Amino acid sequence: MRIAVQSDPFDLGKESEDFAAGHTDMGAIVTFAGVVRDIEGDTLDRMVIEHYPGMTEKALIKIASEAQERWSLGDVLVIHRYGDMRPGDRIMMVATAAPHRKDAFEAAEYLMDYLKSRAPFWKQEFTADGVEWVSAKSEDEDALGRW
Amino acid sequence: MKLDILYFAWVRERIGLPKEKLETSAATVMDLVEELRTREERYAMAFSDLTALRVAIDQELTDFDAALDGAREVAFFPPMTGG
Repeated sequence: MRIAVQSDPFDLGKESEDFAAGHTDMGAIVTFAGVVRDIEGDTLDRMVIEHYPGMTEKALIKIASEAQERWSLGDVLVIHRYGDMRPGDRIMMVATAAPHRKDAFEAAEYLMDYLKSRAPFWKQEFTADGVEWVSAKSEDEDALGRW
Repeated sequence: MKLDILYFAWVRERIGLPKEKLETSAATVMDLVEELRTREERYAMAFSDLTALRVAIDQELTDFDAALDGAREVAFFPPMTGG
């Protein structure tokens, strides 16, 4: 398992390559990347992500450990950035390796669902109209119900 | 008991500081919230709607009725928006 909380950008290609390398018993690698998206009908100048140093790492380790207990996984990777970002920048990625694809896909979805509402990150959007904290969506909370 | 109280996102903005130390005899998170609410208007505002807030004790998510027994750090923040 590798968990990284960082302000620096990461190289999605290299991270995916490194993660996939060296496994001969894993038939499936799933990777997901989250990207800063422009706001519909408005222009997003930048996004700032705040986090809770210390708790963030613990929460991510807990979420990844629970995924490892639930599914047959060879490895898990979570990278999540904080700080200043612009549209098109990559915010985060998860990768899962499993002998079979069902486990790899489901575990990646589980990681994403829990990262959304159980990891202490808060997004703030800067547009021409001003600054706003992104509200948590009820469907993100509801998504946890399926697990 | 001496506690580190941390605030994040708009809770931090409304209260006007990221962190403070507090000597308190509050038994639960709710008692602590009541104590903070009576301090100043900005606290009363930040804690006006608890359904819009989450709380962590020693970096673990918990509930407002949780006991503070042995706690060192309590953090208040809005629902998280990671991913």
